[in-house]
Amino acid sequence: MSDFWSIFSVSLLLATVRKSVPLIFASIGGFFSERSGVINIGLEGMMLFGAFSGALIAYTTHNPWLGVLGAALTGALVGYIHALATISLRANQIIAGVAINMLAVGGTLFLSQVFVGGERSFSLAPADRLPMWGAFVPLAYLSFLVVALAYGFSYFTVPGLRMRAVGEHPRAADTQGINVVKMRYFGVIVSGICAGLGGAYLPFFSGSFTKNMTSGQGFIALAALIFGKWHPIGAMAASLLFGFADALQESLQGRGGLPSQLFQVIPYILTIVALAGVIGRSVAPAAVGKLYQREEKE
Amino acid sequence: MRSLFSEATPPLVSVLFAALVSSVIVLALGQNPLHIGSVMFQGSVGSVRSLANTLEEATPLIFTGLAVAIGMQCGLFNIGGEGQLVVGAFAAAWIGVKVAGVNPLAHVTLCILAAGFLGAVWALVAGVLKARFGAHEVINTIMLNYVAFILTNYLVNLPYFKKPGQIPQTDDVLASALLPRMDFIYKYTRLNLGFVLAVVVVILVYVLLERTRLGYEIKAVGLNPVASRAAGISVVRSVMIVMALSGLVAGLAGAERVLGVHKHFVSPFPYGYGFAGIAVALLGRNKPLGVLVAALFFGALASGGAQVDMETQVPRELVTVIQAIVILFVACEYLVRRMGLWPRGAAAHE
Repeated sequence: MSDFWSIFSVSLLLATVRKSVPLIFASIGGFFSERSGVINIGLEGMMLFGAFSGALIAYTTHNPWLGVLGAALTGALVGYIHALATISLRANQIIAGVAINMLAVGGTLFLSQVFVGGERSFSLAPADRLPMWGAFVPLAYLSFLVVALAYGFSYFTVPGLRMRAVGEHPRAADTQGINVVKMRYFGVIVSGICAGLGGAYLPFFSGSFTKNMTSGQGFIALAALIFGKWHPIGAMAASLLFGFADALQESLQGRGGLPSQLFQVIPYILTIVALAGVIGRSVAPAAVGKLYQREEKE
Repeated sequence: MRSLFSEATPPLVSVLFAALVSSVIVLALGQNPLHIGSVMFQGSVGSVRSLANTLEEATPLIFTGLAVAIGMQCGLFNIGGEGQLVVGAFAAAWIGVKVAGVNPLAHVTLCILAAGFLGAVWALVAGVLKARFGAHEVINTIMLNYVAFILTNYLVNLPYFKKPGQIPQTDDVLASALLPRMDFIYKYTRLNLGFVLAVVVVILVYVLLERTRLGYEIKAVGLNPVASRAAGISVVRSVMIVMALSGLVAGLAGAERVLGVHKHFVSPFPYGYGFAGIAVALLGRNKPLGVLVAALFFGALASGGAQVDMETQVPRELVTVIQAIVILFVACEYLVRRMGLWPRGAAAHE
């Protein structure tokens, strides 16, 4: 028994935070998109693009800070593509998200071979990685700041309340003079920036870019958003819970006893249960997924 | 004839756009798009070997594309083909390895039925949650994908299933469970009778949707669930049947990969067919015959892409990029319509 409790240590706590950072970023990204009324299945792809561009820029310029900036800009660009497709060109939001994920898997490997001498993965020299500030890289602190900003913005500022209004009842918001299209573009592009930053954390954490390195974390972030009831604080708490499950799973590996897969599966099962409303139903923004067209246009 | 024209025009325009964009990418790499195109043509339909390759690559896409299309006909988005394929593949390997002393026809049939059954059960979980709690099937099928990956990873690591060694994989299935290769076409092909099964399933789904009462009800629910309910159709029943059917067909893709190509289950199982199925269904306008044509097209792309990868400086991932661009363009039908290239009637059902 004492052996079991010995795994609950400071290092487990640190590992929990490290595992949670990309999820926190991406789930806040999901928050911005979905609260403005646009489903973002493409979080996974936006993260992967962020991971790749962050690593590539750090690799070529030897400046990790430029890498972080580049990842945010790449995320914004991919967010813009999603917004353009779903808001202006009226594409189905889910299909556009699937396309972005596919584009990310193929596109990053394609570009990696173009830019890094025919290689599908590449490592960052220690000098090209972000410095440690205490126990974490700077991005970890930034992720918590982003949560606070998202909360403050969307619940205590006029533009934030407008963004959420657009996600709940676009017609009413439009009647009040709110520009629905502009608000949704804003939400989806910010979503891309956050997901890009979450992705950039991965190569700086592991020290290399590898094929499909997000490995479903964008979908776990989506799960965290849903389990956190589409609220920034809830999304952060869920990300920490899922990060904890992941850290626990790793520290238990090779110890026998419970299978590690049991912990891996937790985020997905909890999300399914939450959606079914067994423990406190999780309800999506009312207008999420629906195209908004003003009446006077065709 | 006119309706066939209006059905086929938007996908063709999208493919043309995608070809244009990828030509620009190839040009940016300093390569000649015409040369890459001709290599791709050679590698997909240029010889008997390439043709067999194309059909082999198309086979799982026919199944996963059909799975998505069946759901769409009822207004359901089954994005979980990936997970349904994986549990189907595991079921096929399980029966293929562990059941012995059965004659080949019975053994293969048993494996395929098991794969279809497990795929159906997997999708039905999302179907029940949708019908009973109104939980969004998109989110649930995504979550179930990962549950499937993790569960099969757990199972294949159990001593009962695991082949001794480092890789988490099962033993090869018994010879009696193998889907025969169609090596009369080309000696070393991996093309197998699963392709024939896929074509048969296309025809069955077509008959179901176009010639039966159940198919009519499914499509009615897809067009207008409220009116269908008022007309006495059970929407709950339709949703559950469609999800089960969709998962069944996706599970068959797993059986084909195990019994006809890989011969064992391995974790992680080769992925991507499930998501590519969405592209196939979209390009095939969610019609069974359209799916068949679209799957052959994507099969040709994959086969030709492999050839491009071998012979030129252009990496094979160009194919995935092309697929993604095709989806984006098909999804942005409004763009095509505004340019006057999309017949208005074709999009009216949206």
